[in-house]
Amino acid sequence: MKILVCISNVPDTTTKVKFTDNNKQIDYAGVQWIINPWDELALTRAIELKEDSSNSFNEVCVINVGLSNCDATLRKALAIGADKAIRIDAEPLDAYFVAGQIADYLKNNPFDIVLSGIESSDYNGSSVGGMLSEFMDCPAISSMTKLDVENENIIIHRAIPGGKQILELKPPFVGIVQKGITNEPRIPAMRGIMMARKKPLDVVPAIELESLSHIVEFELPVAKVSCKMIDVDQLEELVDLLKSEAKVL
Amino acid sequence: MSVIAFAKNWEGKFKKSTFELVSYAKDLASRLNTETLILSIGEVDESELGKLAQYGADKIISAEDSRLNILSSRIYAEVISQVVNKEGASFVILSDNNSGKAISPRLSVKLKAGLAAAVLAVPKSLDPFVIQKRVFSGKAFAYVQIDSEKKILTLSKNSFGIVENSVSLNIERFTPELADDIFKIKVNSIENADDKVILADADIVVSAGRGMKAADNWQPVEDLASVLGAATACSRPVSDDGWRGHEEHVGQTGKVIAPNLYFAIGISGAIQHVAGVNRSKCIVAINTDPEAPIFSVADYGVVGDAMIVLPKLTEIIRSGE
Repeated sequence: MKILVCISNVPDTTTKVKFTDNNKQIDYAGVQWIINPWDELALTRAIELKEDSSNSFNEVCVINVGLSNCDATLRKALAIGADKAIRIDAEPLDAYFVAGQIADYLKNNPFDIVLSGIESSDYNGSSVGGMLSEFMDCPAISSMTKLDVENENIIIHRAIPGGKQILELKPPFVGIVQKGITNEPRIPAMRGIMMARKKPLDVVPAIELESLSHIVEFELPVAKVSCKMIDVDQLEELVDLLKSEAKVL
Repeated sequence: MSVIAFAKNWEGKFKKSTFELVSYAKDLASRLNTETLILSIGEVDESELGKLAQYGADKIISAEDSRLNILSSRIYAEVISQVVNKEGASFVILSDNNSGKAISPRLSVKLKAGLAAAVLAVPKSLDPFVIQKRVFSGKAFAYVQIDSEKKILTLSKNSFGIVENSVSLNIERFTPELADDIFKIKVNSIENADDKVILADADIVVSAGRGMKAADNWQPVEDLASVLGAATACSRPVSDDGWRGHEEHVGQTGKVIAPNLYFAIGISGAIQHVAGVNRSKCIVAINTDPEAPIFSVADYGVVGDAMIVLPKLTEIIRSGE
């Protein structure tokens, strides 16, 4: 069985966000690019399943919609252990455009399970996985915190507020991955980096597809004026302020 | 032209966030000079449905079918799209919670409707339709223009507030047409944690970081949360080290929350953490390091050892009740 992991190329989470062109563009100068953290967890779990010989998962591919600046991130995914990378060569206009492109690729290149992170750390759309499942007309598991095989059945945990659902499902489906799916993301080893150079990174042309939305402008949050310091021996004052000034108690 | 909001129920009951959603839908409908329709899916009794009219639901549409009692994004998206098409609605609004996040992308594809996720305010302009949403988990905002004719929004919690706007009660039943073969997911069991306050719903959150020094030191954090009726949360290193579960992690790669009151205890305030909590109405920071960056985003600060400060604070609040 084959797993496809959708990869979003995002600025490192420590990036301080700045804008250019009259706040119309993000200033990417000096930004380090990474695999979106949830996509990295999904990829790690997919590779763990492939490495476990007691199940029938035998291939893991990664896919991205983006321009050639995404290749370094895809090479990292190959170094972590993916067998093949596919880049659909287009500017990712919005989530609908990205999901539509991947869905079109899947028509001729079917996979059993498609994984995507629950959101991307840049645009926070939380949309590509869900949209993809609708394009594919298959079930999707939102907030997936466990993906396992027991007696040839695929067992899934889905986080719900205050608990979890334990589900069983037959492929094909889309898994939308939340933290907990694996312990920690895998770091590429030197051998993996060497091998990644020889693995295929296919660049495929995009199809004609419209986007449904676009960003007009960015803005930064207003900074807090100042922090009122309370003496450690005057905690009654803190409680009073929370009640009478902030009105939150 | 109308506005439809999906009012999710939890075992037949609505939450405060549902009433905020209805209030927001009413406001948008007024701007557009149109009706506010509220769709409830699954079994909810009439007195509970009636609550939605207090916040301006011109018509409450109740889709009841025993197969709809467990939420499935695929099936719910199908039901919502049938109602949208029947009513000729142009806007669908959902809460930006687990279910809204799961349903809205499917609905976007079904209706070919542009989606703005996690919106924070009323629209900046109606034509073209431009609205503010968070990006980079709250480090910045973007103004998104939706170009399609139908539009979908998910509303961030605590971004609009609850506005009473009582209208006369009008409930309509709707029976969706559902093919049997879309009920594919087999739910083996559901496990609910104890009676802890759910982080996503909490008005007050007590959150602690590596400054607590060890997993065994969490009792004062739990005690403060308990006396306040608050949810507990933690910073990323704490969940990475397994001191607390991943579901408690707040920050850029964890949950993004916006409670009324957020306690950041022994949390230095790395940019990724602040991104996840900076929409809190009020932040209290407690830290031994007076230079910790968390103080630059807090409203109130205490420099001191949490193991001493927390029990005292808990006692003051308890005795003041």
